[in-house]
Amino acid sequence: MTEVRDPHVVGGIDDPAAVLVDAAPRRRLSKRRLYLRRFLRNRPAVAGAVIFVLLVLFALLGNVIGSYDYLATDFVNIATGPTADHWFGTNQAGNDLYAQTVHGLQRSLAIALIVSVLSTIISALVGASAAYFGGLYERGWLLVIHFLMVVPTFLLLALLSNSSGGDWRVIALILTLTSWFYAARTIWTMSLSLRERDFVTAARFMGVPGIKIVVRHIIPGLSSLLILQFTLGVVGTVMAETGLSFLGFGVKAPDVSLGSLISEGADQVSSSPWLFYFPAATLTLLTVSMALIADGLRDAIDPNSASGGTA
Amino acid sequence: MSDPLLSVRDLKVSFPSEAGRVDAVRGVSFDLHPGKTLGIVGESGSGKSVTSLAVMGLLSESARVEGSVRLGGRELLGLSDKDMSGIRGKDVAMVFQDPLSSLTPVFPIGRQIVEAIRIHQDVSPKAAADRAIDLLRLVGIPRPETRLKAFPHEFSGGMRQRVMIAMAMANDPKLIIADEPTTALDVTIQAQILEVLKTAQAETGAAVIMITHDLGVVAGSADDVLVMYAGRAVETAPVNEAFYAPRMPYTIGLLEAIPRVDTPRGRPLVPIAGNPPLLIDLPPGCPYVARCPIAIDACREKEPDLLPVASDLGARVVAEVGEVPGQDSDLDHRAACIRAHEIADRRIGGQPVYPVPEVPENRLAAVPREERPTVLEARNLRKEFPLVRGAVLKRKVGTVHAVDGVSFDIRQGETLAIVGESGSGKTTTLLEIMNLSAPEGGDLIVGGVSTASLSKAREQRALRRDLQMVFQDPASAIDPRLTVFDIIAEPMQAIGTPKDEVDARVSELMELVGLDPAQIDRFPAAFSGGQRQRIGIARALSTNPKVVVLDEPVSALDVSIQAGVINLLDELKAKLGLSYLFVAHDLSVVRHLADRVAVMYLGAFVEHGDVDTVFDDPRHPYTQALISAIPLPDPIKERTRERVVLRGDLPSPTDQATGCRFVSRCPLHLTLDSSQQQKCREVVPELTRGSDQADHLHACHFR
Repeated sequence: MTEVRDPHVVGGIDDPAAVLVDAAPRRRLSKRRLYLRRFLRNRPAVAGAVIFVLLVLFALLGNVIGSYDYLATDFVNIATGPTADHWFGTNQAGNDLYAQTVHGLQRSLAIALIVSVLSTIISALVGASAAYFGGLYERGWLLVIHFLMVVPTFLLLALLSNSSGGDWRVIALILTLTSWFYAARTIWTMSLSLRERDFVTAARFMGVPGIKIVVRHIIPGLSSLLILQFTLGVVGTVMAETGLSFLGFGVKAPDVSLGSLISEGADQVSSSPWLFYFPAATLTLLTVSMALIADGLRDAIDPNSASGGTA
Repeated sequence: MSDPLLSVRDLKVSFPSEAGRVDAVRGVSFDLHPGKTLGIVGESGSGKSVTSLAVMGLLSESARVEGSVRLGGRELLGLSDKDMSGIRGKDVAMVFQDPLSSLTPVFPIGRQIVEAIRIHQDVSPKAAADRAIDLLRLVGIPRPETRLKAFPHEFSGGMRQRVMIAMAMANDPKLIIADEPTTALDVTIQAQILEVLKTAQAETGAAVIMITHDLGVVAGSADDVLVMYAGRAVETAPVNEAFYAPRMPYTIGLLEAIPRVDTPRGRPLVPIAGNPPLLIDLPPGCPYVARCPIAIDACREKEPDLLPVASDLGARVVAEVGEVPGQDSDLDHRAACIRAHEIADRRIGGQPVYPVPEVPENRLAAVPREERPTVLEARNLRKEFPLVRGAVLKRKVGTVHAVDGVSFDIRQGETLAIVGESGSGKTTTLLEIMNLSAPEGGDLIVGGVSTASLSKAREQRALRRDLQMVFQDPASAIDPRLTVFDIIAEPMQAIGTPKDEVDARVSELMELVGLDPAQIDRFPAAFSGGQRQRIGIARALSTNPKVVVLDEPVSALDVSIQAGVINLLDELKAKLGLSYLFVAHDLSVVRHLADRVAVMYLGAFVEHGDVDTVFDDPRHPYTQALISAIPLPDPIKERTRERVVLRGDLPSPTDQATGCRFVSRCPLHLTLDSSQQQKCREVVPELTRGSDQADHLHACHFR
């Protein structure tokens, strides 16, 4: 008996204010501005965003102010602590740790962003199209997704990346292939309800081709979820890459990533602690800032959160 | 007169929001005596539900509530939640709109009623269970002893609402608040539930606040009426005066805007222009001024107070309906309009307050039906769904005959309405047509092309040009992430219209449906519900279709907006020579918009013919029941006419024995002798032409 949908009732008990605002169209905020305003109200999220921007600037421009190349070795200063010359100190080979941290951050960020972008796109396309088309197509993809979910992907990842010789591009590719399916499963579930919405039916009745409906009507409807997936994906990828490198399966010398730096530093944490603490602090800042941003985005996008202000 | 049971004084409620403080209720006062019913009427956002939630103390913590709410002399505002819990459910009970979400799905209903009783009364579980059985019997649930153990999902919507009412009665409340109690239900069920509410009121002697947007429901059940607009009461009156002698232009507008099932078609409805104001930082002056046809400069200066007006039905009304016996009433007639004293009999200075719009001449009306081309024809349309059971090994245990042999044709410039309760198969019929699927039996012919002959996607797409659809809920039928241009252009892009042609056509269409073409780049969120439905209509018209399928096009809209959309549909039909296939449950809208009507029951037509013939002389008992179940916005007619109230709910359309589908609920069947009853049970009645009328088919043996 749900045939008569009725808007004449003001809200439920939860949020009558939202409905009242909805009933009046004129002074409405655009969704984007509304999200921005709610995001900016969240102080930790703003702090996260600021830290993240600073980290990106550091990765891009750190080389400009540093005086050493990350591969250059300084035989006068081997395994010395932070000095006016080597701000973060040097390692056993005489590499400047500041330059190495900048380069490692660059690598880690590049891998994280590429993997997040790719896996978000793949998961959105696979999840949404599986839900829209249904039938054998849907069952096929679900089979693939469920199969990948039970395979111990981290081991697979370790083996493959080890045999690739530690090229960061291969690692990015492998990380993408092993990370898209969790997101795809979530997107599939969300798309199932979008598929039933009238505007999707309307497009179908107009004769709009299926793939166009997926790209134009279903995927944009998931944009808030996708933004979150992307943000959390960055954190996840940095962690996964660091984990791999820490175990020795990730980026190999002479190339460095935050993970390989931390791995190296951990071995000498008692004799040369700076080798561990500087890269570890950078990694912590990166993941914490992304997590704060993701948290702020979730609150801003979620209509039920308490960031609506007070009367 | 005795002291009022409930006394609300200057109630104000405001909520925080992104855009600023929303003043949802801005000073509402009323009294309610035991045993009386107050109808609160208003559109979405008028504050009627917020008022009732404030009385119940159920508003969220962020809301600010001021004023006074006294129940039996006790101030309710400012009580702690714990103290309120002692009052809620005991002294004040509430019946919500959606009975599915108001009952806990994980407990049997018996346990929920027993819980409601034992929270407030110190009785044994056994005694409470006995009381629950009594209550269920009282609200008309058959076999209450066994149904006590049933879960909410095992009940139909109407039955669930009965359970809700039983729970509300459990502790003999002094006040029952019913918030749109029948809005989610079919008309036949609505009539039953309103009866049950009356029983509940008689049994408990409670006062009732009936919150609704349906003036017919108010006319039938309320003693007093409070009309809300923009968070304030704009008119209060005893029910007869509110309907026969309204003094506030808004009330008059509401009454003129609703289509009525008892007037023949042809009279255009009177829409109210514009939209309700935003309740944030309201400008000074009357909140209705922007929509009021008789506004003068003084209206903009100060918000008018709710002042007493002469209590007088007017000479014409008295002549027409007779002198209405005076009733002792809780509310005297008050109106918040500075020109209220000038208004009498919905007229001001001899002129109607709302001028009646002109109906455009339909040039096709002059051409006899038989000479017009057929644009859509369905022959013996069927749709069956297998009924499967088992989780792993699914086996077919039966068949649902959702649509079972439906035939009709629609001529150019004609509107066919299919009416029926939910579950009657009318929406499935629509979807079958829109899917352009080759029918399981029979044939579907769109503009002369049979869908069975379509083989390629391209051919199907070409056919879609002639067949477009307008959906029920404009909020969900248009993609909120596209601009108006993209939405209206989508069907044209789908069939490959050249780009420059599309650009010109979109602006033209916006003008056609009464939207400002300057708003072409806006998103749907910037438009009100009625405007969004206009966007939906523009989209459907963009390909110049021959047939437009309308799925409940106005049922999601407020009354004042609804009239404008109905008039627009009428106008477009006349201007463009369109044909409509129109599915609706609201027979008043059908009567207004349709030329022909088909009444559907369990997947088949039971009556089919010209709309005025069918409505004035319904033959099938089901049609008669449907028509008599619709509440009329006319208190005297509504309270004096005879009703055919159907028993029970719609049975499920699974494999059925032979015989008439309607036999289980048929009031006529009960009056027949046994050999005739046997015929009803054993022989399927065919849709046949009656002996006297040429264009009126019905499927009943004994009519």
